[in-house]
Amino acid sequence: MPLQPKSETTVSQSLPKIPGTTPFDGEQARKGYRLNKMCYSFNSAANRAEFLRDEEAYMGRYGLDERQKNAVRSRRVLDLIAAGGNAYYLAKFAGIFGLDMQDIGAQQTGMTKPEFQAKLRAAAN
Amino acid sequence: MSQLVGGLATSHIPAIGGAIHKGLQHEAYWKPFFDGFPPIRRWLGRVAPDVVVIFYNDHGLNFFLDKMPTFAVGAAEQYDNADEGWGIPTLPSFKGEPDLSWHIINTVTEQDFDLTTCQEMLVDHACTLPLKLFWPDGECPVSIVPICINTVQFPLPSARRVYALGVAVGAAIASWRSAKKVAVIGSGGLSHQLDGERAGYINKDFDLKFLDSLLTNPQWATQFSIHDLVEKTGSQGVELLMWLAMRGALTAGSASVRKIHGNYHIPISNTATGLLALETAA
Repeated sequence: MPLQPKSETTVSQSLPKIPGTTPFDGEQARKGYRLNKMCYSFNSAANRAEFLRDEEAYMGRYGLDERQKNAVRSRRVLDLIAAGGNAYYLAKFAGIFGLDMQDIGAQQTGMTKPEFQAKLRAAAN
Repeated sequence: MSQLVGGLATSHIPAIGGAIHKGLQHEAYWKPFFDGFPPIRRWLGRVAPDVVVIFYNDHGLNFFLDKMPTFAVGAAEQYDNADEGWGIPTLPSFKGEPDLSWHIINTVTEQDFDLTTCQEMLVDHACTLPLKLFWPDGECPVSIVPICINTVQFPLPSARRVYALGVAVGAAIASWRSAKKVAVIGSGGLSHQLDGERAGYINKDFDLKFLDSLLTNPQWATQFSIHDLVEKTGSQGVELLMWLAMRGALTAGSASVRKIHGNYHIPISNTATGLLALETAA
């Protein structure tokens, strides 16, 4: 029996979407490769300093596209995810600005940090 | 043969490293989390494992998207921690147990698992913090075999597959010709989501069912697909795979387990934290 050609639909596209959630699948990994590679470089203190010294040059060196550059400039996590960013690598980017996970959660949900913390605490009930 | 004394599981969160460094364990925010550990440390003092096999997920310290193994087994003499970019202090290096690493690699590969072997491997907070939490004082007294399971890039291995990996690793530990005592650790979870408009998602009901299942019906969570688990536990809650691998390992040579101690606390950072210690029946 001849093999059927596989659909190019990715797994996440073929399953019902989970609201507010972007699984980091092959499509995201391809789209975000350069952005994530730049964020991965922020494991190094020297690279973090270099980024802060000249952000535009640093983004240029990693070959970010215009959408990714705008997302970096805006510091908006939802835009960074839409541009292919992965949560674990983006956390290193956020770390440069001293943002913790609750800051990032508040930003993405449109809450103040105290509101976001209250939402977390409420999950214990 | 070596003796598999039991299994441990805990959440890992970078901020825990900062809290330990600053000595905040007794502050109101941290106390409900850290208070779970002393009974487990006392048990560890009694059973005194020499080696731990730790299932964890790397967060972009050792592995980048250029090469992303599904299952990677450390086979190094020593494992170094390093700067992860978050300003948490770097911990001293950990001793490896290469004889057990290679015994696991050989045995588990014979059972049709395709592994990546790593003779150099940086270990991030997901590997180092559980060790620091269980053995807080001085130099870490155990040597380690880190086993990294991909939770960064989909497709992830299924819960069923990860449990089976744990079973195979447990059998490898049980057949290791050594007088040493071994414990297994699962590091990750429980429910949490860092990214997207659903950030801050926590599912206490599911977490408590999962914790209970590890005692009463250890394969319960293997019924769920990765998509189900992301939906029920959040994008990063899927790290509960590490707990499943740990639990699978305990089935080798032990029909039942006994709960030593457990804890569940919401929230630390954005995470529902879980803690569990299980002793294998003699």
